Amino acid sequence: VKIQEADAKSLLVAQGLPVPPWEVAHTPAEARDAADRFLAAGARQVVIKAQVLVGGRGKAGGVRLAGSAEEAERVAAAILALQIKGIQVRKVLVGPAADIVKEFYLAAVLDRASRRVILMGSAEGGVEIEGVAAERPEAIVTIPAHPLAGFLPFKARQMAFRLGLGGHLKDAVAIATGLVRTMHAYDADLVEINPLAIVRSSGADGAGGAAGESLQCLDAKITLDDSALARHPGLEDLRDPDDEDPADRAAREAGLTFIKLDGTIGCMVNGAGLAMATMDLVKRAGGEPANFLDIGGGARADKVTAAMRLILADPKVDAILVNIFGGITRGDEVARGLIEARQQQERDVPMVVRIVGTNAAEAAVLLREARFETAATLDEAARRAVAASRGALA
Amino acid sequence: VSILIDRSSRVVVHGLTGREGSFHGAAMLDYGTQVVAGMTPGKGGQTALDGRVPVFDTVVDAVRETGADTSCIFVPAAGAPDAVMEAAAAGIKTIFCITEGIPALDMIPAVELVRAAGARLIGPNCPGATTPGAAKVGIIPGSIHREGRVGVVSRSGTLTYEAVQAMSDAGVGQSTCVGIGGDPIIGTTFLDILQLFAADPETDAIVLIGEIGGAAEETAAAWAGEHLRDVPKAAFIAGRTAPEGKRMGHAGAIISGGAGTAASKVEALEAAGFRVAGSPTELPQLLRDAGYRG
Repeated sequence: VKIQEADAKSLLVAQGLPVPPWEVAHTPAEARDAADRFLAAGARQVVIKAQVLVGGRGKAGGVRLAGSAEEAERVAAAILALQIKGIQVRKVLVGPAADIVKEFYLAAVLDRASRRVILMGSAEGGVEIEGVAAERPEAIVTIPAHPLAGFLPFKARQMAFRLGLGGHLKDAVAIATGLVRTMHAYDADLVEINPLAIVRSSGADGAGGAAGESLQCLDAKITLDDSALARHPGLEDLRDPDDEDPADRAAREAGLTFIKLDGTIGCMVNGAGLAMATMDLVKRAGGEPANFLDIGGGARADKVTAAMRLILADPKVDAILVNIFGGITRGDEVARGLIEARQQQERDVPMVVRIVGTNAAEAAVLLREARFETAATLDEAARRAVAASRGALA
Repeated sequence: VSILIDRSSRVVVHGLTGREGSFHGAAMLDYGTQVVAGMTPGKGGQTALDGRVPVFDTVVDAVRETGADTSCIFVPAAGAPDAVMEAAAAGIKTIFCITEGIPALDMIPAVELVRAAGARLIGPNCPGATTPGAAKVGIIPGSIHREGRVGVVSRSGTLTYEAVQAMSDAGVGQSTCVGIGGDPIIGTTFLDILQLFAADPETDAIVLIGEIGGAAEETAAAWAGEHLRDVPKAAFIAGRTAPEGKRMGHAGAIISGGAGTAASKVEALEAAGFRVAGSPTELPQLLRDAGYRG
């Protein structure tokens, strides 16, 4: 699960990391009031940032400055009217604009290749790190945490000196170890600060600090491990309903893995790899998959009917491909679910069913009696589902 | 004698008295696998699978009493990393973790302790392995296999069944089939398995079944291009139509920041001499095209 910047910042603050103050506004008026408070506290300008879970919001005009409460209201109205990469902006973050001396990049990352948590840093912060990694990999410093001892202070000092943060050693060490601590505290895959910045403070700028320079986390991106959400009951609330398709949510609640796509051929499959392969074969046969749907191992009839409801809720779906390779899953259970689902469903869509593996023979009898169209191989099933979809369009 | 699992393997099933453990434990036993012990804390002294297998309280007991050398773990996600570490500490050499949904950070110390013990972990979130005609560990249906000389390695479960069934139907048998698991942090990688197959006198050809996410396919391909140049190799990559930024069922199956795409994996595999199939059903023919005569 990706969480919004404001939520990520709250988690960092809870772990004792330095983050400038902010408020979240859902309307231009709320943004104006928030700006008014920060300006009254001494900020010269405020920054207004779109809260959307996609990258590149700065380039899309989703991050802007304002010098007065009235300007903040206008800017917030403009940002709240934006769609960034297809996502409607529904709220903005308002905070005092930082007087930035220098920007850095710092992130704790779950690294698959080394099977460790690694800390990645760069003195070239504030820009997309993928670009830095591609063009100048030597500008990125990587230091792994120990798999058992964790991220020790001496490694944090190494990172600080290699980034040129020796003048802010104490703060840099606290932040570096704090990022790894945050990762473990919430079971995150990624805790990214970009930019981490040396900020100049007048002591009366609304940020509440004393005069001088300090290190501050100006942005925050955290991705949580879905597999660990059960042990962090409070974090489930941070899942942004606007970021999740209603169908995705219904699927999650039914214990199915469902991802809506743009095509017309609904897919129901057991197993994630096979579900992806089934989508690929639909595409190869000239069609477009409408969804990824994994009903999981050992799925029973009720799961199948729930899956069918999800697929048919998409009005674009004009054909359905069911592909089941029974292992733990019993083919006859799936067949019963399909028969039950067809009796309940309001919309009739051509369906091609392919069931092999455990109890496939029993499934075949049930499907034949119920007059389902069946296919023997996956390739054949994909071809016929695409043909059925074309027929429906004609 | 193939890799990871054979007739001489002595398997302890963690969670043998549970629903999954007893169902698959019985299937393993029926396939010919030596399931010598079950492990369920508090049920030591009982038997499972109709009295055919003794159950122990700890893995240490199971190893001492039965000579178990292989673990198969069906423990729920909250306890699975501990089960892995218990097996490694008890001297088990090959540990299969079938459990799905383990928080990724929990696997980091488990992987490290397995390495320090000189053991091998396969998985988690994997279907296990089969050496056809000899033994199977995990949940792969035994019926899909055919004895032969092609080594199969995959990140997936049912997709592997699909590919293996297609191979068996076409008369192309397997030396060992291994599912390495769909999670981001796994004990054994594609590269590790290719190295085992390379050293295995029973394996003459390779099938690799990958999917989007990470770079393990690319890493394995680079090694194979150098060290398995004359070995017939075929591959299939799932997720050509997967959108960026969405986790496709498997925790590890996600394209992020433009990395981990199917296109990148296909390109790396082709450059290394793999014939890459558009459908799993094409794999046996591609192996023959590559010179495999099994």
